[in-house]
Parts: sequence; structure tokens; C-alpha cells
Amino acid sequence: MELLTLPALHRMAICGGTHGNEMTGVYLVQEMARRQKEEGEKAWPLPIMLVLSNPQAIKQCRRYSETDLNRCFTSAILSTPTTDSSPYELRRAHELNALLGPKDSKEAVDILCDLHNTTSNMGVTLISYSLDEWISLHIYKYLKMKMTSVPVRLFMVNIPNNEAYSLESVGKNGFSLEVGPQPHGVLRADIYNYMKEALELAIEWISLFNSGAVIEGGEVEAHLFHKSIDYPRDPDSQQISAAIHPQLQDQDFCCLKPGDPMFQCFSGETMCYKEDECLYPFFVNECAYYEKGIAFHLARKTTLKIPSVKVQIEDRGTS
Amino acid sequence: MTSRCGVCCFNEARRVAIFGGTHGNEMSGIMLVNMWLKNGAEIQRSGVMTKPFITNPRAVEKCTRYVDTDLNRAFTPENLSAPSADELPYEVRRAQEINKTFGPKGSADAYDVIFDLHNTTSNMGSTLILESSTDHFTLQMVHYIKKAIAPASCPVLLNEHPLLKYSTSRSVAKHPIGLEVGPQPQGVLRSNIFESMRVIMKHALDFIELFNNGVEFPPCSVDVFKVQERMDYPRDTNGNITAMVHPDLQDCDWEPLNPGDPMFQTFDGRTIPYEGPSPVYPTFINEAAYYEKQQAFVTTRRETLAAQAISKIEQ
Repeated sequence: MELLTLPALHRMAICGGTHGNEMTGVYLVQEMARRQKEEGEKAWPLPIMLVLSNPQAIKQCRRYSETDLNRCFTSAILSTPTTDSSPYELRRAHELNALLGPKDSKEAVDILCDLHNTTSNMGVTLISYSLDEWISLHIYKYLKMKMTSVPVRLFMVNIPNNEAYSLESVGKNGFSLEVGPQPHGVLRADIYNYMKEALELAIEWISLFNSGAVIEGGEVEAHLFHKSIDYPRDPDSQQISAAIHPQLQDQDFCCLKPGDPMFQCFSGETMCYKEDECLYPFFVNECAYYEKGIAFHLARKTTLKIPSVKVQIEDRGTS
Repeated sequence: MTSRCGVCCFNEARRVAIFGGTHGNEMSGIMLVNMWLKNGAEIQRSGVMTKPFITNPRAVEKCTRYVDTDLNRAFTPENLSAPSADELPYEVRRAQEINKTFGPKGSADAYDVIFDLHNTTSNMGSTLILESSTDHFTLQMVHYIKKAIAPASCPVLLNEHPLLKYSTSRSVAKHPIGLEVGPQPQGVLRSNIFESMRVIMKHALDFIELFNNGVEFPPCSVDVFKVQERMDYPRDTNGNITAMVHPDLQDCDWEPLNPGDPMFQTFDGRTIPYEGPSPVYPTFINEAAYYEKQQAFVTTRRETLAAQAISKIEQ
């Protein structure tokens, strides 16, 4: 198996509250900050920056104040100066880019983990916006091996980094941890425990990697974004005219086959999936996606080969 | 209401309202009422005028619980009698309008029955909420609905607590009933929850039609959960919560919570047990909207209420 050497991960950032009503990340970051204050550098094997990304939205317990912060990190948006009258989240995106980036520069944090919740039944899902960011893929592989009480999946979207719009694209490496189902504005202990365990394992992997061990690659199962499906809507009012069918509700990552029910109309009619290809639905009935015209995403399942990795030995003069 | 030989007699229930959107992000009621506003065939019953109504349209538009203040706490005597003014919070003005249309609260002109459709993030199933243990009409209705949907269960929550009882939008009617169906996240529409609420409304309206047609309902008993106490999250001196509902209590609405059972889990993993003197039946466990109301869950105790026979007053 191919062995790839990669730079050490010296600096990590963990962000919560990028959406202010996704409670687990908010409370986990606060708890980690409390621990960091108590234990100082001994808290974790590497320095971690803990950030509450959207304080205003957190205070209001809303997804966002004026615009979705997690769509504000494209290179184009980050290079356009803001003014005092720019939307709050645009200004905040620039602040976060200065703090954790700048995106695409050598000053950016080595790894950025952004914590999210979903109302969908997605267990622990690691989201990566790049097909060959081996660090994130290895962390996924490690989580999948070690976490036994909850399903762990990988969802990938292939976007060039400058077009990647979410917060974790600011780091040299980055991924989102999406854990559900949890209603927005609610803090569930089981979901908190899963996210805490996933984070601790991610940190453990990073420490193992930094120590110089060879970390074996292999094959991992991944779900690659294909397309989104909207609700049926009333042509005049644009109000939804159906709900996710009971047989699709909570069936994230279960194969949707031709003829399977998708929506149950209020009129009683069932709408079925009519395409030929079996695809994998996820973000099924995510609250925040009603306004984005998304009832669920569909993905293709694939197997990725990831190389074995080892940390680069650093030249003393440059580290 | 009159009485003859142990039978409570009530006027026919001619005017019935179904409220949705009292909280603008509780989607089942909103979608049902909007559906019935377009086509009300399903809710028509002979001899009954059934009016579906969106109580808080501004909150519904923003998909938020409320705009200025919780509408479902706004129907206090003070609010309803305050001089109408633009400076009043939106929901207080709205409460006054609703009281004019469907009330006045406490008067002979008030609507006979109001059903108020709600969702909760708690695992409460299809819960019916009563505000009085002596309204035999609603007790009989609730008994009818429970029998109709059996073996599926339909817990009944009675909130007569002098301090914890609140002034609901439905309290404008002579016979108010709350429908609380969950678990459903705010802002989300789940098909199974939508259908459960729809079926309960069907049985409720069937009952009213039978009653109006002269059916006498014999005495019966109704098992209820009576609200006792509000339990808040543990908090620090700044008012921030320091623990979460324990995984063993989460989703266990209506199941007994015994002294010593896990109640909360701190962020660093420690268990805080329930230390009350006797078992209680918790509900509204981890309702999203109640963090700001200092409520992790509410405790109840089981009671059996006796409902007298009822029939309509012969004109």
C-alpha cells in the first residue's frame, strides 16, 4: 500500500454554534473551554482553539441572525471587504477567517472540526468537501472502527476549495461532524455523548499521527453527493403539499429503490421514487432545509481507497 | 349546564374552533388548519359550525414560536381587559382579537369548544390536555377519543395547578382541549405525527356530532396525569444549565421516575439522581421551548377522575 507523508498537525480548531440552535457543539465547546481553563496545556495532546462561531445566533437560539454563516466562506466572499452595514454573518465570517485562516494560507490552522446537529436520523456523519483530503478520511476510518454504539458514515461533496462555502474549508484540513437526530434548540445527552466520543477519538488519531506512527490505509465506504430533491409544492403559494413518507422518514443512508415511496401528500396520494438508479437519501427532513427547497439529498455509495500515512519529519530550521 | 338525576346536561356544541399555529413553529396544526381552510369537508359535521383558524399568523410566517411574547400565555384577565393600543406586544393584541372573535372568555357568547393543536419535542405521543377536572363534557370527550384510538394510547394531562396553570388561547372557549403531539422537532413536519393529530380530531368531532344528535354518554372514569411540579435544569450562578436530561430519562415521558433513578447528566459525565420522596410520572421531558421557562420536565401523579353522564339539553 502506498505510504504518503503529510505535514504534522500542530494546531487544531474546534468550532461550535456555527448554527446557533445546534446545541451540542455549543455546549461541548463550552465544556472543553472549562476543562482547558482548569487543566491548561495538559488537557489535550495538542493545542486546541475552541471557538463559538456565531455568538449572536447562539444568544438568540436561532440558526442565523441575518444569513447562514456556513455559506459565507467561499474565497470570493472572504476577499470582498465588508462594511459596518454588511450582514452580521458576513462580518463574522471575515473575523473567523482572520482568526483561523486565512483560508489557503500557511497561517491557517492545520485542522478545523466544525460541530453540527441535524433533525435527520444521520447518527454520526463526517462531512468532507474534498475527495482526497486524507487526514479527514483517516479520522473517519478511525471513528468508524472505534465507535460501536452509533452508525458512523461519510458524506462527501466534491467542490474546489475556493468554492467551498463552509467553515471547515478555512483550515488546511477540515471536516464537519454532523450528529442527529436532535431537534434544534434541544440538547440531548445521548447525542452530546456521541459527539464528545467522536471528538476525543479524532484528537486521539491526530496525536497518533503526530507521534510518527504509520497509519494503515485501506478501503472505506463513502456517500458521494449526487442531487437534492424538494418537497412537492402548491404552484401558487409555494407551500409544501406533502410530508416525507413514513417509509422514508428516519431512513437516512438506506437505499431508495425505484418504486419506493418518497412523499405522502396531504390529499392522501403517495409519490414514489421513479428513477432507475438506487441512491442513498440523507438529510431526510432536516428542519433548516425547508427554506432551501430540500426535502432530502441523494448520494451514490462508493468505496474509496485511502493511502497509509505518516507524519513528515520536520527540518528543525523550519518548524 | 343543568343537571337531572345525575346527568349533566349541556347545550348543543354548535360553534367549534380548531386553532393551529398558536406557536408558529409547531407544524402539524399549521398544516392541518391550512388544509382545512382550503377544503373543510373532513371537519364538517351536521349541526356544527367548525372553524379552522391560524391564531398567530406572524409567528407562522417566520416559523418561530412567537414574535413578542408567548401567545399561549397571553390570555390573562389583565391582557384581555387592557385598553387596545399599538404599543402592546403583538401577541397581546392578537389575544384581544381572538377573545373578541371566539369569546368573550367566560361569557355565554363564547365558542362551545376550541381545540388547540400543538407539537412538542418531547416523546409524549398523542396527549390531550385538560384544564379542569370537573368539566364533564370534555372528560366524556376525552374518554370517547381514548376508546376510539385504543389500543394506541392517548395520555391525558390535567393542569389545574394554581401556580403552573396558564392562560391558553383555547381558554376563551367554554370547553377547551389541548392536543399535544410529539416527538417532532420545531419547524419540521413528520407524516406520522400529522396523521395522529388528524385522527384524534376526527374522533373528537365525531363525539360532538353524536352528542348534538342526542346520544347520552353514561358515567365513566378517566385516568389522567395531574401536573405537580416543574423541575428545572441544574444551573450555575450565571443561570447557565450545568447538566442535561439523563439518557435514561430522555424519551421516557409517562413512565415512572423513582427516587434514585438517573435524572440529569452533567457535561463531564456525572449522574444526578431524582431525590423526591415518591415515584412521579414525568412529562414534557426536554421540550425545546421550555429551556427559557426554566423547565426540564414536569412531574405528574396518576389520578382517576369520575365523569358524570352527559346529554344535551332538549330545546
